[in-house]
Amino acid sequence: MTRSTGVGGPMIETSDLRRTFKTRAGTTEAVRGVDLTVGAGEIFGFLGPNGAGKTTTLRMLATLLSLTAGEATVAGADLRRQPQLVRQRIGYVPQGGSTDPAETGRGELVLQGRLYGMDRAAAQARAREVLATLDLEVAADRPTGTYSGGMRRRLDVGLGIVHRPAVLFLDEPTTGLDPQARARMWDEIARLRDGGTTVFLTTHYLEEADALADRLAIIDHGLIVAEGTADELKRQVAGDVVTLGIDGDQELILATVRRQAFVREASTEDELIRLYVDQGDTAVPHLLRVLDAAGLRARTITLARPSLDDVFLRQTGRSLREEPAA
Amino acid sequence: MTTIRDTWLIFRRSMILTIRQPIWIFMGLMQPILYLVLFGPLLNGAVKAAGTTTNAFNWFVPGLLIQVAMFGASFVGFGLVAELRYGVVERMRVTPMSRMAMLLGRSLRDVVILEAQAALMIVLAIPFGLSIDAAGALVTLALVALIGLVMAPLSYTAGLILRSEDALAPLLQGVVMPLLLLSGILLPMSVAPDWLRFLSSLNPLTHAADASRALFNGQWGDPEIVIGVGVTGVLAIAAVWIASRAFSRANA
Repeated sequence: MTRSTGVGGPMIETSDLRRTFKTRAGTTEAVRGVDLTVGAGEIFGFLGPNGAGKTTTLRMLATLLSLTAGEATVAGADLRRQPQLVRQRIGYVPQGGSTDPAETGRGELVLQGRLYGMDRAAAQARAREVLATLDLEVAADRPTGTYSGGMRRRLDVGLGIVHRPAVLFLDEPTTGLDPQARARMWDEIARLRDGGTTVFLTTHYLEEADALADRLAIIDHGLIVAEGTADELKRQVAGDVVTLGIDGDQELILATVRRQAFVREASTEDELIRLYVDQGDTAVPHLLRVLDAAGLRARTITLARPSLDDVFLRQTGRSLREEPAA
Repeated sequence: MTTIRDTWLIFRRSMILTIRQPIWIFMGLMQPILYLVLFGPLLNGAVKAAGTTTNAFNWFVPGLLIQVAMFGASFVGFGLVAELRYGVVERMRVTPMSRMAMLLGRSLRDVVILEAQAALMIVLAIPFGLSIDAAGALVTLALVALIGLVMAPLSYTAGLILRSEDALAPLLQGVVMPLLLLSGILLPMSVAPDWLRFLSSLNPLTHAADASRALFNGQWGDPEIVIGVGVTGVLAIAAVWIASRAFSRANA
């Protein structure tokens, strides 16, 4: 058995991970061969539209779903053969919450510690520590049913880290939180990483992946379509993004701009034309001259560095922003 | 051993949370009391008409204990559906805790509540004229525990599979009502036509109720005691086995 718990080594490694579900309508291939490597001590962001296989992958890695095919090592333990060992070394924070509204925050934390094998004194001490870290001391002895959404989410994270896991899985950690609670959650997650915990999180907020993830992967239709740091992925999307609002024949305009050598890609989106260019600052004046010469007039023109949304659009053909929040 | 330790942890948690919502215990107690007060008196005439020599309460209360145990334990699946929705079950399944303990901890909580209800019913029935064989009553309480260990695990299994109160309610009604009607608890099967009596003899609950009556009346030689306790015990083992598999597999 390899115990790759040293900093820098892979903390999660999967090869050809697959999961199919049998339903009355037939078989659904939710995950169709996922290869991932997550290094120790990094925050790994897992992006994808709803139904892309994000949560299915996460649940497999957290021992909640059996693998249809493939192999995986999580925190140095074999997912298929040593699920108990995996469970001891990981924490998992599910999307929909994990606490009983009638139980107090402290009661949940102490029980969780004990389920991970701590004796009562150790579990109580650890619960105090976690409550202090997550700033939940005031509410510690109130039923969780009285907590605000942000507090309950922090308690969920607390339950995931009671046993100081090597890897923490977070499924949509900030969905449904207000901006203030979200910023706060980001701080907590970054702090966990700084403390040496490997964090694997799914999200459909691009800002979240951009702000938080050291590396990320995009999954679509059960397959990884891009993997790398946010900057690497943005660089794969050619240079800069110019968005033109132009009155007139869109096809003609597209054909005109596509003839220019500095335009790598052009596409239309609603009333707008989106261009990927090598160097935005020199491309814009050039572009205006070309349009002038063709007798076309730009109504609006914007220049932007590529965002993760551009990456996403390029890789999946869809904009993540159009997805309603799940 | 971790299973015993984890069972204790889950038992303790479930018990504390149940006591914090005493409305359910109260409702559980109201039902048998209503039967005793509003239904029991009717039986005096009916039981005499059936030719049974014992007084009506000595015939009725032992069966009622079995009925209350079956009813009470049948509906515990609703609590588990709520826990599934809160994400509590999933959170526990990610820990290395014993899967068997997830079942046993909750089931033992249910058994303790059933025992409290049964003991209260016996005490309340004494003024109505119930006479008790003390040793027999104690064995009956053990039988009540076994009934709990049959119905609670099965109810949990149904909850784990169906995951919704709306699906669980008709299933439970569909199972529990025929079991009750065929058990000879409400009226003696001695007044039933042959085909009904035959169906009743296939119902494990009939034998549990017969065993309970024999025990209360100190008829230790009655073979129904061994049959009732034996059948219920075997079913309890099977139910625990099925349910513990459901807990370790759920959703995998």
